[in-house]
Amino acid sequence: MAKTITIDGLSIPFEDGQTIMQAASDAGVYIPHLCHHPEFTPHGSCKLCTVKVNGRNCSACTFPAMEGQEVINNAKDLNADRQKITQMLFVEGNHFCPSCEKTGNCQLQAVAYHLNMLDDHFPLFYQHRELDASHTDILIDHNRCIFCTLCVRASHEHDGKEVFAISGRGINKHLIVNSESGLLKDTNMTASDKAAHICPTGAILIKHTAYQVPIGERIYDHQQIDQVSLNSEQVDHDK
Amino acid sequence: MYEHLETADNKENLKRVVVEPVSRVEGHGKVTLLLDEDNKVKQARLHIVEFRGFERFIQGRPYWELPVLVQRLCGICPVSHHLAAAKAIDQLVGIDPANLPVAADKLRRLLHFGQVLQSHALHFFHLSSPDLLFGFESEISKRSIIAVIEAHPDLAVQGVMLRKYGQEVIRMVSGKRVHGTGAIPGGMNKSLTKDERDYLLKDIDQIINWSVASVALIKKVHCANLPYYDDFATIRSNYLGLTKPDGALELYHGGIRAKNADGDTIIDHVDYCKYNDYIHEEVRSWTYMKFPYLLSIGQENGWYRVGPLARVNNCDYIDTPLAEIERIEFKCHSNEAMVHSTLAFHWARLIELLHCAESIKTLLNDPDVLSQDLVAKGEKRYEGVGVIEAPRGTLFHHYQVDENDIVTKANLIVSTTSNNMAMNESVRQVAAEYLSGQELTEPLLNNLEVAIRAYDPCLSCATHAIGKMPLQLELINAEGQLIDKLVKGSDGHIDRTINA
Repeated sequence: MAKTITIDGLSIPFEDGQTIMQAASDAGVYIPHLCHHPEFTPHGSCKLCTVKVNGRNCSACTFPAMEGQEVINNAKDLNADRQKITQMLFVEGNHFCPSCEKTGNCQLQAVAYHLNMLDDHFPLFYQHRELDASHTDILIDHNRCIFCTLCVRASHEHDGKEVFAISGRGINKHLIVNSESGLLKDTNMTASDKAAHICPTGAILIKHTAYQVPIGERIYDHQQIDQVSLNSEQVDHDK
Repeated sequence: MYEHLETADNKENLKRVVVEPVSRVEGHGKVTLLLDEDNKVKQARLHIVEFRGFERFIQGRPYWELPVLVQRLCGICPVSHHLAAAKAIDQLVGIDPANLPVAADKLRRLLHFGQVLQSHALHFFHLSSPDLLFGFESEISKRSIIAVIEAHPDLAVQGVMLRKYGQEVIRMVSGKRVHGTGAIPGGMNKSLTKDERDYLLKDIDQIINWSVASVALIKKVHCANLPYYDDFATIRSNYLGLTKPDGALELYHGGIRAKNADGDTIIDHVDYCKYNDYIHEEVRSWTYMKFPYLLSIGQENGWYRVGPLARVNNCDYIDTPLAEIERIEFKCHSNEAMVHSTLAFHWARLIELLHCAESIKTLLNDPDVLSQDLVAKGEKRYEGVGVIEAPRGTLFHHYQVDENDIVTKANLIVSTTSNNMAMNESVRQVAAEYLSGQELTEPLLNNLEVAIRAYDPCLSCATHAIGKMPLQLELINAEGQLIDKLVKGSDGHIDRTINA
């Protein structure tokens, strides 16, 4: 008989070695997340997937599922915390959705909608961050980086390169690239790399493709992130 | 003509009257009058008290963001900014207007006709019709669209529906009624589906009929008060706008034509990419809006008017039949080569509204708007200029980019900026001819706003507002005594230093 955990009272089967996030998405239960991607090693940094496991807060993307766990996911207090975390992500960077080319296709924006985030709440930091447009085909807009490290992991684990890393601590944390000049053009990155397509916000973009998908055909125009996420991640798990 | 009223000689003994804000226009502005003891106007100015920094903060951004970012200048005519920027960035990907795919050109024109239609309907019915239907000095409760709805419900509904239709055209082409996408470098991101085309076609005949009726209405209002309407706020000026190569009215793409007050051509078929050789801008200390002028005529007399009056005056004909009939009647009514009546802006605007409705029908029946051949690409360039006839007049976007596709320089000359001198002149004409020497009352002051409103200014577009610019407002009596003073700090906090 399959081992099970409960999420919000629902009995969910799991296999040994699965995290709570994997078990949940296999069972069609959405747990909000940004730094998690089913293809890459969990990182547990964005904290959006925080759930209560037997009464204690844990990151669902890193915490192993274990027989008999009682997990609380869709609860008022947890969603309120997730909304605050998302608001903090927005105020820390410079996110101008109205003109951003990722709008409608952006996971940060979609998760904010899902969590009913109606304002920034916190004062904006207005940090000065640069663009790196040096690469012929790829643009890095540091204004939109949320330090999820998905590009770091994709470059390392999928592309077999080491293009990206996170440097600095706390408020000085920033994304760096692996070249002496510090510019993307001097790395071995190409537009076909997984790392060029993994960013959940508009921080890493393929040049000359902006706004080509009309309004109405963008990823989140007709579906919320929970549905989109479950559909795509279940496909990934099936691979 | 009324330049002597721009700056009074001895301001110390003059009393100040301020109309603030100027209402039923887009954006924020004020009119100040300085009066002597006999209420004679000695100085009249339209001040634009906003400051906007678009030209600066788009620097450092990738050029493909421009059409979507810069359209946020305005909520009424974003499509015009979207398309002017798109025309400029077409050049950055090596595409001149002649090389733009036919379907993309027609879809952009359809988008633009929808935009001009909705903007003109908004201005006439929502903003100006209360003045024109109830009188310039009517009681304040009458001066809004609500009073129009109560007194003329059918007309008000037509106005709302006309605007709605224009917004629907915009939505079908660009995905949203306000601030959609659509134009991308070298083309468009979608065409119309058959369902979208049919949805728009089903109402177009009704829209044309309502447009015809609205021209008939403004003609009736204008001609019923002919001497007054031809004189009020009227100034003789130069006129500038785009025309087609054969001289026809053109809103999307053409050469620059300018004519003087007698109808003589100053420049014609000028490639707008060379606008800098023909037009310069002057800065004055008392307003955030610049004063453009035609270089060949000079700073003093080279100012010009743009917008519906300029376009209908300048063109040789209109290529849609119903609007052309109306243009001929319009041009005949004053027996002059050029129609100078400022209130005739409304008449010209509604002729254009009709032209837009007719043109939308033509385009919707053109199979090219369903084509999927939407984007072209050429050799990269480092500079692009896009010019379009926005609802309020000729709109210039000029950008330079670096080798990494980042915007390094931007210059925008927005339609209302071109009408800056003219609006000031019209304000001075009304102040001198209709207000000077009278005891000023609130309804009387509405005359100043009626003069400005005729231009349908978009003050937000035209000044480049962070919203918290420091301001100081002083009330001084005829003896030169300071009676009241309001100071707004750069943090937006307002202090009243006297008479608290």
